[in-house]
Amino acid sequence: MTDTSRGLPERPMSPYTQVWRWHITMACSILHRGCLVALYVGAAILAGWAAALAAGPSVYAGYLSILGSPIGKLVLLGETFAVFYTVAYVIRQSFWDVGKGFAPRTADMTGAMSIAFAVVATIVTWVLAGANGAF
Amino acid sequence: MSKNDIYQPQQFRTPLSRARGLGAARHGVHHFITERVSGLALVPLLLWGAYAALRLIGADQHTVALWLGQPLNAVLSSLLLLVALVHLQGAMQVVIEDYIHRFTTKTALVIGNLFVCVIAGAVGIFSILKVALTVTGAH
Repeated sequence: MTDTSRGLPERPMSPYTQVWRWHITMACSILHRGCLVALYVGAAILAGWAAALAAGPSVYAGYLSILGSPIGKLVLLGETFAVFYTVAYVIRQSFWDVGKGFAPRTADMTGAMSIAFAVVATIVTWVLAGANGAF
Repeated sequence: MSKNDIYQPQQFRTPLSRARGLGAARHGVHHFITERVSGLALVPLLLWGAYAALRLIGADQHTVALWLGQPLNAVLSSLLLLVALVHLQGAMQVVIEDYIHRFTTKTALVIGNLFVCVIAGAVGIFSILKVALTVTGAH
């Protein structure tokens, strides 16, 4: 490693949970990644929903009964949070892309706002779902 | 910060890359922009998807099929699935590349990820079109 950087500063390292202390911006970053993995499952659920719909009334009713089971509802609750958190996070990233929002205090605030928005929007959605007969 | 401080590619060369005579694959910017743009497109599509899901709670197959038979709903459903899969295929590939370092395992997972996304897209879009183009009856 003698001339890796030719006298220039070492290459920047990505945040790593073992060596970085927890703070809100890194928690938001990891939560974003977790939500994308959750949405990966959500996309499969959506494709399965379309396939079940095309397969006919009985298959569709069976698919809905799986989604409506306690475990199904828990998964859909997680998907709801992942959807709203991803929406907030993409908007946050778009401000970064135009060079705004990097001040530590601003980044902390927008991170907290993203989580708060996702929590509130998830609760509102499930209250509306309950009003529409989800329970 | 002067212009020279921002663009100094030689600063990021590793000894291994010099030994092999190779630098970066130069695909990073393409991936970055794909994720940014598909992410932006997902904002309205995901919000519409949440609204649509709320509307369709508890509806039976025929009601949902009639709903999907409306062109706007069929187009937006297809776009939601396609844009999400483009975004998530890239996202999942980065997750795999970050955490899996053994070449064969990593390659198998990256290819498997691509196959899963393409199959989900093919099944989903075919199903949406089949329902939308064949549904009949009063709304």
